[in-house]
This record gives sequence, structure tokens and C-alpha cells, in this order.
Amino acid sequence: MNKKIKRSRMVDRGMTVVFYAIALLFFLLLIGFAGKVIIGGLMGATPEMFAFERKGSIGNQLFNTIYLVFVALVFSVPIGVFAGIYLAMYAKQGFLTKFLRICIETLSSLPSIVVGLFGYLVFLVFMGLGKSLLAGALSVSILTLPLITTTTEDAIRGLPPGYYQASMGMGATTWQSIFHVLLPASIPRIMTGVILAAGRGFGEAAVLLYTTGSGSTLRWGNWDFSSPTCPFNLLRPAETLSIQIWNLQTNGQDRALANLASAVLLILVLLFSIGANLWGNHIAKKTSGDRD
Amino acid sequence: MKRRTLAILLTAAMTMGAALTGCGDSAGDTSAESSSSDNTDTESSTEDSSSDTATEDLSGTITAAGSSALKPLADDAADAFAELYPDVAITIDAGGSGEGLKQVSEGTVDIGNSDVEASEKLDEAQAAELVDHQVCVITMAPIVNPDVKEGGVENLTKDQLISIFTGETKNWSEVGGPDEDIVLVTRPTSSGTRATFQKYALDGAEEASNASMETDDSGVLLQNVKDTKGAIGYVALSYLVGETGVETVSIDGVEPTLENTYNGTYPVWTYEHMYTKGEANEVTQAYLDYIMSDEYGEQMEELGYGVSSKMTVTEH
Amino acid sequence: MFRREYGWRGIATLCGMFVIILTIVIGAFLIYKGSDTFLKFGHTLWEFLGSAEWNPADNADGGGAVGALIFIVGSLSTCALALLIAAPFSLGSAIFITEISKKYGERFYRPVVEIFAGIPSVVYGWVGLTVLVPFIKTVFHRQVGHSILAAGIVLAVMIFPTITSVSADAIAAVPNECRNAAYGMGSTRWQTIYRVVIPAAGSGIISGIILGLARAFGEALAVAMVIGQTTALPTSIFSTTKTLTTEIASQMGNAMEGGEMKSALWTMALLLFLISLLFISLIHHFSNKKEGGEKA
Repeated sequence: MNKKIKRSRMVDRGMTVVFYAIALLFFLLLIGFAGKVIIGGLMGATPEMFAFERKGSIGNQLFNTIYLVFVALVFSVPIGVFAGIYLAMYAKQGFLTKFLRICIETLSSLPSIVVGLFGYLVFLVFMGLGKSLLAGALSVSILTLPLITTTTEDAIRGLPPGYYQASMGMGATTWQSIFHVLLPASIPRIMTGVILAAGRGFGEAAVLLYTTGSGSTLRWGNWDFSSPTCPFNLLRPAETLSIQIWNLQTNGQDRALANLASAVLLILVLLFSIGANLWGNHIAKKTSGDRD
Repeated sequence: MKRRTLAILLTAAMTMGAALTGCGDSAGDTSAESSSSDNTDTESSTEDSSSDTATEDLSGTITAAGSSALKPLADDAADAFAELYPDVAITIDAGGSGEGLKQVSEGTVDIGNSDVEASEKLDEAQAAELVDHQVCVITMAPIVNPDVKEGGVENLTKDQLISIFTGETKNWSEVGGPDEDIVLVTRPTSSGTRATFQKYALDGAEEASNASMETDDSGVLLQNVKDTKGAIGYVALSYLVGETGVETVSIDGVEPTLENTYNGTYPVWTYEHMYTKGEANEVTQAYLDYIMSDEYGEQMEELGYGVSSKMTVTEH
Repeated sequence: MFRREYGWRGIATLCGMFVIILTIVIGAFLIYKGSDTFLKFGHTLWEFLGSAEWNPADNADGGGAVGALIFIVGSLSTCALALLIAAPFSLGSAIFITEISKKYGERFYRPVVEIFAGIPSVVYGWVGLTVLVPFIKTVFHRQVGHSILAAGIVLAVMIFPTITSVSADAIAAVPNECRNAAYGMGSTRWQTIYRVVIPAAGSGIISGIILGLARAFGEALAVAMVIGQTTALPTSIFSTTKTLTTEIASQMGNAMEGGEMKSALWTMALLLFLISLLFISLIHHFSNKKEGGEKA
């Protein structure tokens, strides 16, 4: 008996070591990966590469990346949040709801090249947008939509049932309860989903290859919204960082610039994820006070 | 707390509204503008539109897509062109010759870049609508890993080349090189570079697909040949400018250079095409004229592309 | 007041329906494009799925062979290998996060892991090509480092974050009462994890693995760079071969519009779509089983 307990303890200790080892191994692998990309990218960089020029720099691409993801979220966040509300609050158990869930998951696992070709057909050929930031943003919003919908649904469902019941008990209608009670309470978690969606948008290349094009001609201070060189014009072509990496690497042209673009993209994703985590922790602390 | 979240929602709604109206406005404007490039600017209109004075005021967008072999040149020309005409925004995308031709034919881009004639990738009616501009000549060279050349392979006859690429010759020692297995590094079957190489270097012989590593683009192909001992592949000369990790091989004693292409002794070359749907609009035409101008020709040769007008032979 | 109530409800319903319509439209688009192989060029489904002869004609006349078996086998073998590598490590990491060291795990390790879900695949591919491929070449004394093994490792690193975070969620959702009961009966931590926590979180872990698999199946650019695309059935994990996505990505841009090759590529895209659907049905199957079990 005593022997058996001893053995169990040994195994337990051994497995703990194994788990620490696995965690450490992958932690080091990931850090090494990030380190190689970031340090390798920044080492080869020259100051000119940070400029906002048409050629040989990443400034315009960085702006395009952020702007495109922002526009994509403008479309996907409202639709995604409302669809999430529908799933969490209104949808009845049944075939349609089940089907909707399958649709959402199918959307989220579509190969991005398929979404790119679909976006090309719908936004460029049918709607005639031309290669533009808007067409790319709309295509990216197709990709981010499922993520936002599911996080919204999870967020609302994750709230204690007391929230809804109390609100209804005070005579609020369903919508009033959602809008004034449930939605505000679940905003932190929805935000995390939005930021993860943004992360996916930042790295997307295959979708944008067919829809946004590789334009990087911007003239800062040009506020004529119809001009193709105005930075905020939605109907101009816009090269994002990931397309720039793709273009440079496939042609083997300016490898140092491609490496820098990879490093900057990685830093951008890092900043966003860290931001999402800090924000999440902050909110969790704040709300945990209310609950007890 | 509640007020703050409300504020967040409100700002979100407002930015969305703003973005939507903004998009509506600009949609109207640019569609008007892209339909014809002589827009709003009344001062610069019709009066003095002789080509050299009006050029200063050119404005508009040029979008091009297609061949990845042509992209470096199109990019470089676009950079130089954009310095002359800062109001013109040019976008050059890769994506492949088929995609370029399809997109120009559907009217989603202004220029379709292609390694092959339009009739090979489009049906007759579509191809007939397109206008061909043969902007340059591109020369394909067989390249090998440096240790193959060190081992004594500097020249291959056409028969040897065919035998290597069809997978019959499997070791370099059979053609006077080191005792190393031959590793074929090629391009996908639909690639224009592959079609050209097959047609003029292999006399149409089918490459051994089941024994070769295909690479999606010439940049990665170069990397693979560089890293793999005994590797042989082919790229356009433009990829070899300033490239030291690989060596070229002569075919039948003729080195793959632009001079040998011009005088007709080196056979593996093709015209690169920029197609427009119907006649090009003013801005696009100016860009095409610029690429084919003599002043840009020198720069073109520095990038490793051949100038069409220097060809002494027009057929293979 | 009630009009507004119904208005908002309508909008929410509309957005839900929009997602359904969008998926149906994309599915219809793929079916429309992919059916040409069978309807216009007269190939049989059996030929497409069961033959390894791939030589479609790049023109509208047809007459080539459209056997996609090589790509299907290539996709299956790389994904299986990726899963084999990633699943144990992911599971270990998920347990580390939730059971072993919750403080460091949730605060530190998990965010780091999740960041890697957002790295563009081009970057993964490039690092794979410049670091992993030469490494395989020297370690295993191969002339060529490109292989199913290289693709499997790259994919494993790419799907590691997905499996880890979904599994960690599933494990964290196991009620603490279960753990306390096990500890109360004198179990060690490992016994608790192995006998109680993992079985309880089983369906969630399987969902994570299937999600990872779906991502691996759809990945194109990174795999294309390291698999050394050769149109031949693989014979070992050092073989070079092709997958469904790499073939689509490398040929789609060059193929002739309306030609046999393009149709065959679209059919492969449709196949990918159907495989995604299959994976998702599997996830639902497993999660339904869990719900059923709880009720019983």
C-alpha cells in the first residue's frame, strides 16, 4: 500500500516535470521564433525604410494595414455583434439555429484564398469597386465576422442569468435589457474578440492579393477624398504589410525590407494581443468587485 | 460605467456612419474620375493638351496585374513614372499571367501583364478585345547550384538539357559533372516561364513533373537552387542581377546574356506583353509610352530585361 | 415602444440570417465553379477522387486527366503528421496553463501562445524555408530538405496555438468540484488530471484538435514553400509532394479562365469546403454527445 502511494507520488512529480518541460520547450521555441523574426528584421533595417515613401519603405503599408483592418471592423463588428445577440437571445432551438452555427463555423474555417476569389467576383466584378481598400476590407470582414459573432454569443451567455432576470423583473423589455444591461456588461469580452479578429486581419495576404492590390502611392496632406493619392480615400488600391512581404519575398527583390516588414507586422500583432490581455485583466478586476 | 459604455457604442456608431457616408461620396467621385481621366481641374483642361505640356497635370490611377516575371520591371518603371507625375497612383500586382489577362478582360484592372499571348489563356472573343503592347524581351537562363559548375558543368547541349529535364539523366556524372544526383527545381505547369523554357530550350519536351520540385515563384526557386546541391532550375535573367548564389549554364555553347538574345544566337526568350482592353486611356498610355521609351531602355537593361527594339531577330 | 422592440429584434435576426446567406452564397459559388469538371468536361467523381493521374489541359477543350488523389493524400499525410506532433504538446501546454501553473500560465504563457495565431503564414513559410529545411537536410543527410516532415512541423507550429487555447478553455470549464472530489479521495495531481479532468474535458479537447486540423487543411502559402511541390504520391515522410491548397495557390493565377485546369482547381476548392463542413459536423457530433451525457 505504502509502496503504491510512493509510486503515485513519483509519477506525479515526473509528470509535473514533463509538463513544465513541454511548456518551457514551446515557450522557448515561440520566443526564439519571434526573436529571429524581430531581431533579424530590425538588424537589417536602415532609417530610410521607416519613411512614408512610395518605394523602399514601410510607412505607407503600415498605415494601410491599420486603416484597412479598421474599415473591415466597421463592417463586421455591427453585423457580428447583432448576429451574436440573435444567437444568444432570440434564436430558438431548432434546425435554423443549428444551421446558422454550422454556417458560422464553416465561414471561420474557409481557406482564405477561396474568400479572396469570392471577394474578387462579388466586390470587383459585380459591384465594380475596382482594386480598392474597400473591396479588401469587405473581404476581410467576411473572415472576421464568425469570430466576432461567436465571441459576442459566448460573452452574453457567459453572464450570470441574474442580470437578465433582474432587468426583466424591473419591467424592461428584452431589447432594453440587452442594450442597457447585457451588452455593456459583455463589452470587455467582445472587445477581446474584436482584437483577435483584428489580428487575423493584419496577417491576411491571400485574400487581399485579389482585392486590394499593391498600391502604395500616398501623398500626405492630400485631403481631396476622390484623389487616388489621398491616404483616406477608400477606393484607392492599398498595399498592406502582409502583401508587401508576399510581393518582396516572391520576387526576391529587397529581402532586408521584407524582413523588416515581417518584424513590424509581428510587433503590431504582439502589441494588439498584449493590449487585449491587459484590457481583459483590467475589466475582469473591475467587474469581479461587482459580483461579490 | 453605464454612461461610458454608451459613449463607446455611440462613437462606434458614429464612425460607422461617417465611414459609410464617406464611402458614398468617394464612390461617386472616383467612378466619375476613373471613367475618364480629364476631370474637375478646369484650368488644365483641353487648351494646351499637346503631349509634353499636359503631362505635368496627368492624374488618375493605373492598376495592373498578372505575370510575376514582369512585375519587377513594371514596379521599377512605375516608381520612375510616379516621380515625373506625382498625381498618378500606380498599382502593380502579381497573381499570374492567366489572372492578369482575366482581370483586364473583365475590366477590373487597366493593364494585364502576361508572359504569353492572350489567345492562349482567353477565348477568342475576349482576346480580340485586348490590345497588345510588347514592352520588353525576357531571357530565361538555366541555373545550377555552384558546386555543379565547380564540378565541371559549364555547358549543356540541348539534348543533354532535354534528357535532364525529362528525368532520363539522373546524375551529373553522366554529363561530365560531379557524382551527385540531379535535383530538378521547376515552375508549375501553368507558369509562363515554364512554357517558354519548355518551348525553346527543351523543344517542347514534357518536363518530368513527378520527379521535380515545383516552386510558385522565381524568388523561392532561386533560394532552393542556392540551398540544394546538384539542383538545376531556370529563371529570367532579371532575377540574376546581383545574384551570386547560383551559376548560369550555357546552352550549346551560347551563354545566356542579353547580347546573345539580341543577335539571335541564344534561343530561350520571349516577348513580355502588357494588354489593355481596347485603346489605353491617357494615363495608361503615358505609362506604356514611358516604359517603351529610349530613356527608360537603359534602365531596363540594367534590370536584366531586353529592349524590344534592339532585337535583330523577331522569330525564334 | 414595442415597435422599437420588434425593430431591434428584426435587425438582430437579419444579421443572423445574413451570415447564413453569406455561407450559402459562397457554397453556391464554389459548386457553380467546381461542377464544370464533371458537367462540362465529363470527368467522373471516381476519377477525381481515386486517380493519381493529374494532367489537366490548360484550355477549354479538355481531354486531360484530373485525378486529385496525390493532393488528397498529400493533404491528409501532412495534416496527420502535424497533428501527431502538435496534439501532445498542445495538450501538455493546455494542462500546464490550467492545472500546473495557473498564475504564470494564464497571465504569461497563454497570451504568448495566442499571439502566434496571428502571425502571417508567409512568415512561417519563410522561416521554415530558411531554417527548418536546411536543418532537416543536415540532420538526416538528405540531398533535399523539402519534405512532408518539414511541412508537418511548420503546420504543427501553426496549429499549436489553436489547439492549446481551445483545449485550455475546455479544461478550465471542468467544474472545480470534480477536482476537489478527486483530491479528497487522495489522488495525486497527475491522477486527477489523467483520470478526472481530461476525460471530463474530452469533447472540448477533440473540438480543439478538429479546429486545428481544419486550419492545417486550409493552409496554403506556408506549406507551399517547404513541401517541395512534386506531382507524385509520397513514399516516406521525406518525400516531396503536393497538397490541395498548394496546387490551388500555385496554379489558379496562371490557369486559363474556363479551361479544364481551372475547373479542376475549383473542384478542389469545393472539396476543401466540403471537408471543412465534415470537420464541423464532427465537432457538433462530439459536443452533442457531451450535452446528452450531462443530461443523462
